[in-house]
Amino acid sequence: MAQSLDDISRQLKKRHRKSARMKWLSMSALIAAGIFLLFFLADMLIKGMPAFQQAYIQVEVDYNERAAELPLAAVEADYRELVSRGYLRLIPGRMAEDDSLLGTTQTEWVLADDAVDQYLKGGKARLKDKQVAVIDRMVEEGRAELRFNTGFFTNGDSKLPEMAGLASAAIGSVLVLIVTLAFAFPVGVMTAVYLEEFAPDNRFTRFLEININNLAAIPSILFGLLGLAIFINFFGAPRSSALAGGLTLGLMTLPIIIITSRAALRAVPDSIRQAAYGVGATRWQTVRDHVLPLSMPGILTGSIIGLAQALGETAPLIIIGMIAYIPDAPGSFTQAATVLPAQIFTWAGMPESAYVERTAAGILVLLSVLITLNATAVYLRKKFEHRW
Amino acid sequence: MQTDQILMTFFAGVLFLGVLGFFLGRSKAARVRAGGAHMHSQPDQYAWFTVLSAAGPAVVVAMLAAIVLGVFESAFPGWLAVVGALGLGAFGLFVGLNRVRPELRARDSLERAVKWVLIGAASISILATFGILFSILFEAIRFFQMESFWYFITGTNWAPGDAFLEGAGRAEASEGPSGNFGALPLFAGTFMITAIAMLVAVPIGVSAAIYMSEYAPSKVRDVAKPVLEVLAGIPTVVYGFFAAITVAPLIVSAADSVGLEASFNNALAPGIVMGIMIIPFISSLSDDVISSVPTAMRQGSLALGTTRNETIRHVVLPAALPGIVSATLLGVSRALGETMIVVMAAGMRPNLTANPLEDMTTVTVSIVSALTGDNEFESAATLSAFALGLMLFVVTLALNFVSVVMIRRFREKYAVNNL
Repeated sequence: MAQSLDDISRQLKKRHRKSARMKWLSMSALIAAGIFLLFFLADMLIKGMPAFQQAYIQVEVDYNERAAELPLAAVEADYRELVSRGYLRLIPGRMAEDDSLLGTTQTEWVLADDAVDQYLKGGKARLKDKQVAVIDRMVEEGRAELRFNTGFFTNGDSKLPEMAGLASAAIGSVLVLIVTLAFAFPVGVMTAVYLEEFAPDNRFTRFLEININNLAAIPSILFGLLGLAIFINFFGAPRSSALAGGLTLGLMTLPIIIITSRAALRAVPDSIRQAAYGVGATRWQTVRDHVLPLSMPGILTGSIIGLAQALGETAPLIIIGMIAYIPDAPGSFTQAATVLPAQIFTWAGMPESAYVERTAAGILVLLSVLITLNATAVYLRKKFEHRW
Repeated sequence: MQTDQILMTFFAGVLFLGVLGFFLGRSKAARVRAGGAHMHSQPDQYAWFTVLSAAGPAVVVAMLAAIVLGVFESAFPGWLAVVGALGLGAFGLFVGLNRVRPELRARDSLERAVKWVLIGAASISILATFGILFSILFEAIRFFQMESFWYFITGTNWAPGDAFLEGAGRAEASEGPSGNFGALPLFAGTFMITAIAMLVAVPIGVSAAIYMSEYAPSKVRDVAKPVLEVLAGIPTVVYGFFAAITVAPLIVSAADSVGLEASFNNALAPGIVMGIMIIPFISSLSDDVISSVPTAMRQGSLALGTTRNETIRHVVLPAALPGIVSATLLGVSRALGETMIVVMAAGMRPNLTANPLEDMTTVTVSIVSALTGDNEFESAATLSAFALGLMLFVVTLALNFVSVVMIRRFREKYAVNNL
């Protein structure tokens, strides 16, 4: 069946159209992923930005004798519900500390209740009409305003949304990461050095390699089960502590550090090693003085990436109890601690609407730390990358 | 004494012994060399030899003591272990220092010691794997001694709370002896959410990989790859919040507008968000695989007059298929084990249904709720977490194994070295 040239060229056009369609289709997948990322970031910014501001109101605080026992008495009835209960609670203590306060009346800017805060930010708030009227009047008189929320960065967790902050979780995260790094970095680098520089090609080595690949593929929650069964139940590490959490995350980051360190060691050309052996260095001297220093930028990059992953991990930490309510920053590695992502998880489960913006703001903080870490890693790689 | 005090004392003691050993060893070696003797090694190597002979025994004894204390709780007080370890360390320091002589081959000993330390470090990852396996296995066996294994994998009623009530004598036994731990609804929920995730991740991930390896100019590639990796770097707790707060209400209102009823804990929201999380895992490996298909095959195909599309569809993709399947399997294993997204966005109610708009729960959610509840550790309700964990472990390991085998086949067939 002979086809006419017209048929063939029509067919050809069709095939080329199909080809172009394929290109656009595959490109749109990439664009879809990009759009999702933008949508996600915009959503978090819109939800989280309000939390960086906090409502304050100006009220007259009457330090009378009754207020020392019943703090509510210090504030006029109209404003009682509008002032943060966290602020009121502090009044008796401050009066006991400073005798001169007694009997005076002072006009102070004080932290507002979360309902006032939400109302000022234009959200839904559980306020009575009368209270709304009072707030509106205060805004007109300039006695209620939104200020930068320093408490969010200096306070620990709290059951009062207006008092809740990230500080104790941030310190917990730092402690956990110190343990993680102190465990995973030396062990990971040593394993990589063994596999790349020392290990003979035998069964043990192959077994080790399979093992490391498996470890990288095990779901993170199972590391939590390991932490619970081994570190806490077996070795008796304190529950919820940075020690148990850090070791668990350390085991989880181990394969990442091993794999990236191996790649970095492999990138060092053999001529370096041969030169060192040539002048009579031992294997360990060669590794310590030449191969390791040359591969250090790559190893550090990998470790930072592993650390960033550990920083964002939540599931195993929940299993070992790091979602406890921790208002005060932990002072040591064995005290109960919580971490940034766990704090986000806890806030996400809170019913008050003020916690939603705090959750999103916590996410923004966590994401910026992660981006900084990863950017540092990319910068290190770019700056010290050595093409042999 | 507190655990942290014991640990601090031990580390401080070992550090002190080590530093002391280093300087004593080096000064003795320097002294001997200054005396005119021909030394086998450098002074620093003698110094490190002394350090190892002091710290080595101390660390080994401390580790043994920690393990013994783990098995037999309070067999001896913790401070005794520290004193014993440090005492032995001091003795080792003395012996090591005594052995610093010109004929001692400190360099060779050091080399051997380093090798063994490295082997020890490498064994930790083996210990970790077996630690996970055994810690899960033993608790799971205890669970299966209490509850029937068969009902666990085929039963349809998952109600760990009832077991507690029964134990307290407050509920009439429902369906025979083991009516409460039928995990089928959990498996079904996990499967449903994983399937939704893969429906999102595989088409987008593979298309993106095709675009990046076959069409994209290198500039686009340089931008697109990091953007995709950002998706992989976002913490899962963040995705969970996003799924619960933003995506789930969107789905509910979308379903409402077409007249369907959706739960706020529907399976679709965590599934879609999880799919987006998995895109980079699939696209990155598929990209590598597609790029490794030999150029000669493309050239051959194009030389026959095929269009680009036909070359990709009939030559490149079939060749890369094992790699793409392997990437997909890795994605599946990640989706099965993903926890935070489902904990935050999926429901808590075990629900055997095929409707993704209903709420359903997964294996990982049940693990978390079993271990964060206030049940006793010895109770079947808590131990069920380990039985579920065992299932998860076995399945993800099997998926990983198949995926590794497939990628190895691909590598051998096309003699590719960079995968």
